[in-house]
Amino acid sequence: MAEPGTRIRGGAQQASQRGTEESPLAKWVLIAITLAFCFVFLLLPLLNVFAQALTKGLGHYWQSLAEPDSRAAIWLTLVVAAICVPLNMLFGLAAAWAIAKFEFRCKSLLITLIDLPFSVSPVVAGLMFVVLFGLQGFFGNRLAAHGVKIIFAVPGMVLATVFITFPFVARELIPVMQANGTEQEEAALTLGANGWQTFWHVTLPSVKWGLIYGIILCNARAMGEFGAVSVVSGHIAGLTETMPLRVQVLYEGATAASTAAAFAVASLLALLALFTLGVKCLLEWKQARAERLIVARVERS
Amino acid sequence: MSIELKGVTKLFGDHAAVNNVTFSVKEGELMALLGPSGGGKTTVLRMIAGLEMPTAGDVFIRGQRVNDLSVQQRNIGFVFQNYALFKNMNVSRNIAFGLKIKRWKRANIRARIEELLKLFGLEGLERRFPHQLSGGQRQRVAIARALAPQPTVLLLDEPFGAVDARIRQELREWLVTLHHDLNVTTVFVTHDQEEALEVANRIVIFSGGVLEQVGTPREVYDQPANEFVARFIGAMNVLEPEVRGGVARIGELEFPAPGEADGQRIRIGFRPYAVQVSSDLTQHRYHAMLQHTFFLGVLLRLELELPSGLTIRARMTKEDYAHQGLEDGRQVSFQIRQYRLLAREAIGLQPEAELQSETPPVLGDNI
Repeated sequence: MAEPGTRIRGGAQQASQRGTEESPLAKWVLIAITLAFCFVFLLLPLLNVFAQALTKGLGHYWQSLAEPDSRAAIWLTLVVAAICVPLNMLFGLAAAWAIAKFEFRCKSLLITLIDLPFSVSPVVAGLMFVVLFGLQGFFGNRLAAHGVKIIFAVPGMVLATVFITFPFVARELIPVMQANGTEQEEAALTLGANGWQTFWHVTLPSVKWGLIYGIILCNARAMGEFGAVSVVSGHIAGLTETMPLRVQVLYEGATAASTAAAFAVASLLALLALFTLGVKCLLEWKQARAERLIVARVERS
Repeated sequence: MSIELKGVTKLFGDHAAVNNVTFSVKEGELMALLGPSGGGKTTVLRMIAGLEMPTAGDVFIRGQRVNDLSVQQRNIGFVFQNYALFKNMNVSRNIAFGLKIKRWKRANIRARIEELLKLFGLEGLERRFPHQLSGGQRQRVAIARALAPQPTVLLLDEPFGAVDARIRQELREWLVTLHHDLNVTTVFVTHDQEEALEVANRIVIFSGGVLEQVGTPREVYDQPANEFVARFIGAMNVLEPEVRGGVARIGELEFPAPGEADGQRIRIGFRPYAVQVSSDLTQHRYHAMLQHTFFLGVLLRLELELPSGLTIRARMTKEDYAHQGLEDGRQVSFQIRQYRLLAREAIGLQPEAELQSETPPVLGDNI
């Protein structure tokens, strides 16, 4: 008597599974489409960059990277990123803190303002700085009189990059901080901690992963930005060329050697991007492992 | 006095969250701040802690005016509604936080943690993170963390709000025992009148930012200061009879109301336990049908329907119920032993629960 009953129940369960899950065919078709898309649009172009970079051989690859103008471009890229990322981190923390922990008027306006760089074309962003600080610009004359040069110089490129990368850290932190609320901070205050101790021991650790992710994204964009930087740089080889600009100049050289050199610099940029992605994966893996270890230790005890 | 509030007011914009509140908490007392949500009780607690500053009035802790002292300087322990444990720290480090901030010696910190873990039954959980704890464990860690630096007062915001009903009962008893053992002046906020009656030595009742009454559980239950308290604490039958010739009538019920003006409607209330029910129809004056019996445990709640359609609630013990052979659908007789005048039409019947400061007189016994 029990057997038919169980069979009926089993049958019902299977039917309900079929009702809620996709058929295997749909599953594999979707996976295949996703993989094919990633391969054609992501992996293939990336592999092609490396292949093109190495057409003239490894020797030429190193030579094109070691060339003074390319070396200067690599150095400048790192310098710009090294200035922009910490600035962004400070700004992002301050903005996210203000938005998540305090109530004030025009808060939504502030959030929209933070998003502005995402919606403004990078070329327009570059032009804004030219209009402000260029020789015909608003501050241009006065600055020139004091011998300060911003447009067609490194300061202008830093300004443009800061503008473009402005939202990254703040955007990552605002939702995390809003979700955390203010109770943990208040708890720290009631236990006698001052503002700095509260920030260092409570707030910062609780937003650590959002902050790291924001910094990684910000860094990738700071190194890769082309449009805004291109407008303010003036393309002075060896002085105001970052890697993306250098890639363009070399590519427009239109000789086989300079094209290969362009791809060599491009491949280095791609490697930097892959490196930051790798760091992110490593950090995530470490975090997961630390949590697994704690759970295991708790279970053993 | 451990804590004193004198004429404390807190405005948020134009809205007075707390309006001219004065009360005090004795040393070693376990005090409940009770009221419906939005009553201002949490704001009062946060002002004692220093997390909010009063707009007007003074707060004293052990005789010292603390208005100008920051949270850090007040030496209070605060337990948040959702516990607010530090997510990135394990149990030990959560408890140690306040001690490290106050620069205790490492050996003393270790000894204090061990003492608290033992006292709170948290041994073996030292290395767990908050998300690996049950609701009850989290609450105990939060209280242990607040008590670690030996505060002068312990403040708890809705301490039983975030755990399920089964554990809540356990935690209530545990809090009473803990308070008995430690004897720290404790103030907790709750919206649950049963919780306040069961746990607290004394209760402060708020509604709409105004203090309605301060008293022991027995005082606020037996001698409510006004209609709001009477209806908020414990169940109550409320009727609005009309006065004719010194007697207030509604349906079959009559309440002597000497001195009340003719044609006036008054509001009266009586507790379910004041309704005496008998299966003997000749025993009491009024008759009704026992419509439904609710089993609440040792006590039963009875719903009686009068011929006029009026429904009133009564309460009796299981033994009495069985002894009288009562069951749903039976005709019973009943009387109302004690009732109170809650409000008169003349002083405004309409806005319920907004009457204050007039002590409702006991109008009559045994009608």
